[in-house]
Amino acid sequence: MTVPQGGAAATPVRAPGGAGPVVDLRAVSKVFAAAGRGAVRPVEALAGIDLAIERGEFVSLIGPSGCGKSTLLRVIGDLTPATTGTVTVNGKAADRARRDRDYGMVFQAPVLFDWRTVQKNVELPLEIIGRPRGEREARAREMLDLVELAEFTGHHPWQLSGGMQQRVAIARALALDPAILLMDEPFGALDEMTRERMNLELLRIWERTGTTVVFVTHSIPEAVFLSTRVVVMSARPGRITDVVPVDLPRSRGVETRELERYFELVTRVRESLRGGEGAAGAPARVRAEGLSA
Amino acid sequence: MIAGAAADRVAPPGPGLGGRLREWAPAAGAFLGALAAWELLVRGLGLKQFILPSPVAIGAAVGQYLPELWAATSYTLVEILLGLMIGMVAGLLAGIVTARFGGFRESVLPFAIAANSVPIIAFAPIFNNWFGIDKQLSKAMIAAVICFFPVMINTVRGLTSASPAALELMRSYAASDAEVFRKVRIPAAMPFVFTALRVATTLATIGAIIGEYFGAPKVSLGQYIVTYSSYLNFERSWAAIVFACAIGIGLYVAVVLVERVVAPWTLERGGG
Repeated sequence: MTVPQGGAAATPVRAPGGAGPVVDLRAVSKVFAAAGRGAVRPVEALAGIDLAIERGEFVSLIGPSGCGKSTLLRVIGDLTPATTGTVTVNGKAADRARRDRDYGMVFQAPVLFDWRTVQKNVELPLEIIGRPRGEREARAREMLDLVELAEFTGHHPWQLSGGMQQRVAIARALALDPAILLMDEPFGALDEMTRERMNLELLRIWERTGTTVVFVTHSIPEAVFLSTRVVVMSARPGRITDVVPVDLPRSRGVETRELERYFELVTRVRESLRGGEGAAGAPARVRAEGLSA
Repeated sequence: MIAGAAADRVAPPGPGLGGRLREWAPAAGAFLGALAAWELLVRGLGLKQFILPSPVAIGAAVGQYLPELWAATSYTLVEILLGLMIGMVAGLLAGIVTARFGGFRESVLPFAIAANSVPIIAFAPIFNNWFGIDKQLSKAMIAAVICFFPVMINTVRGLTSASPAALELMRSYAASDAEVFRKVRIPAAMPFVFTALRVATTLATIGAIIGEYFGAPKVSLGQYIVTYSSYLNFERSWAAIVFACAIGIGLYVAVVLVERVVAPWTLERGGG
């Protein structure tokens, strides 16, 4: 695993080698038009985003509320179009990649359908691409086995705890064997204990599937624990202010959280986040607004 | 480790027959208690039958006039069922069209909501005039119009109730509009639609019977109630009311049973 050194603000961050990155963002910006009654001016959510993510990486996006990290994830996933710049995923335009079902999405809410059993929820994407029933069932069982919910196939979502529901959502996201797994604060609604368990679980799944993960989070420890790189963002407009390579041992476990290097990296990201507020190149006036909001 | 954590939330077992009985016992007890209190009140205060007949007297009237009550009930039931059918189908179709096209939602829905608060029953004499005072169709149409608006409004609400995240999920799978409609919007609408249908059964029953008050053949429940009230023969009016209640409750229960088959998750969710 080659991990590039973190670049400074607004410099392109590219991992070397390989047959091209899975995600390649160049000069991406996103402006939301002033639509609602509240918003008088257009909101510049993202500006000058350059980022390349290599196959098999686990990249976390972290930053204060309103820094556009979720928007960036949604731009990568073609859930919302970039205003300017190019978004290339698997060597294609993002909307082509979406039509090719290159994405698996996991949101903060599990978004499971009550009218489907756990098994049928995981089968949903396979139904959409028209896989035959036998294959659907086998694949869904395999995925539920992967997230260790094999004995809950016949349950309905409301019969599961929050953590279990989120594991079903992960199984569903992996059902199509996507090139890239996009996760938008997937464990944000869980309690701390469950969250830590889910982190271990996710690492295990990531190691087994070898998929590329882009992970949005508020939590510094979570970002450091999970990632191969942590992308630090600042708000208004959302920019990448720092990229912290995480050089912890690849195989991580409970003991990883006790390593000295882990604490150093947590501190490094925290300082980046704090510094990012000043180093983003935003005028002081905008920063003051950001703090009061 | 994970499996251990998983075991803490599993499906609650459904209530058995004994559990069901225990669930229903308080309601049944309250009903019988109220009947007993009614009977005692009428006897204790020596109320005249034209003020309030006793349950026993009403029961006797039901037994005595059963054939004609049955004829009136089936006559009125046909109106109600026909009205429900027309109102439901029209309401569902109008709801689907309105939900599908944003323009309709903005232009038509406010009027539907306004119309829903209009006392449509006031049009009953006019409907009698349009569709024939002695025709079942005139009462069916009153019932249909009364049902139409809640069914339509709830269909729109239901079809547009899918969460933005659910729609984004489908978008991430590049699902077609038809698939989103079939796999997300329609199931998401079920609780809303069935709520409307339960209301519609009650409204249709009221609509048909009130419609009959303004004129209908003697063999209808509404006319039966009106006629024997004017003769001060109130046990017979009350006996007809018992049948009207039975229709209302029966249709309501029928909708719940259909819901249990078609959309069981709407009832099971939240521990049923």
